[in-house]
Amino acid sequence: MTVAVVQFGGSNCDRDAVRALGHLGIDAERRWHEDGLPADRSDLDGIVLPGGFSYGDYLRAGAMAARAPILESVRSAAADGVPVLGVCNGAQVGCESGLTPGAFTTNASARFQCEPVHLRVERADTPWTAAYEPGDVLSIPIAHGEGRFEIDDDAYDDLVADDRVLFRYCDADGAVTDTANPNGSTGNVAGVLGERETVAVLMPHPERATLPDVARSTDGAGILNAFA
Amino acid sequence: MTEFTATVTVRLKRGVLDPEAETTKQALERLGFELDALRVADRFELDLEATDVGAAASRADEMAERLLANPTIHDYEVAVAER
Repeated sequence: MTVAVVQFGGSNCDRDAVRALGHLGIDAERRWHEDGLPADRSDLDGIVLPGGFSYGDYLRAGAMAARAPILESVRSAAADGVPVLGVCNGAQVGCESGLTPGAFTTNASARFQCEPVHLRVERADTPWTAAYEPGDVLSIPIAHGEGRFEIDDDAYDDLVADDRVLFRYCDADGAVTDTANPNGSTGNVAGVLGERETVAVLMPHPERATLPDVARSTDGAGILNAFA
Repeated sequence: MTEFTATVTVRLKRGVLDPEAETTKQALERLGFELDALRVADRFELDLEATDVGAAASRADEMAERLLANPTIHDYEVAVAER
């Protein structure tokens, strides 16, 4: 039983994800996308779509990986309830592939931003947030140029009505404000759930906020512990 | 079969913030140009063979739907000409 961290050409957070999961005692291994997922579903505890620049961000960030054959298997596994987490480029892949709603596009600043941010936990009754309480404020870094969550007004209303917003950018006190929004995301949305709550994507990097020796915070560990 | 070029133009929907376009506009203004607005679009030229214009357009349309555009943020248009 293992968590498959799907590696595309241009992925660069796959090792970090494996190491962070390993630190939490969760067996994980990198899986080259052309090799597909393990044929035996009982060997698969979960799937991580890691950060990076798959396919060089050609066309749009995540667009190419979202249409790679392995995503068919990921969608099928997700539909069967296998936990799927998309981080950063993996979040872009998740939205491009239709696993999650909306799109992540160019930051309002038009710049690549690499900085610690605060996230407010909107729901604690999901596998990804079971370690937290609603309203908890997490410190987790972002590192992206295309992290602005965009979605049309009706779909955003549905997203909120369906309670599928998982994290919002906030200030240190948990206030969701424009100044705490690093990239211009609609509704300060930093992470959302798919149709099933076992599928989630977020732009911030929980795997960079897990290892106590190298991270400023270990607030991301709770998210990865969904795979435990 | 006839040879066509289908031109697919993909642009952000009206109202969706385009920071790259805004940055480009500001750069033009720094160079001393005057302009009211600037919009960026991606243009794809697809050479293909089809029985008629309609078939070529419908194939290009499907390509836009499935890959070239992201319907969440983009509008697109397709124009077909004989090659």
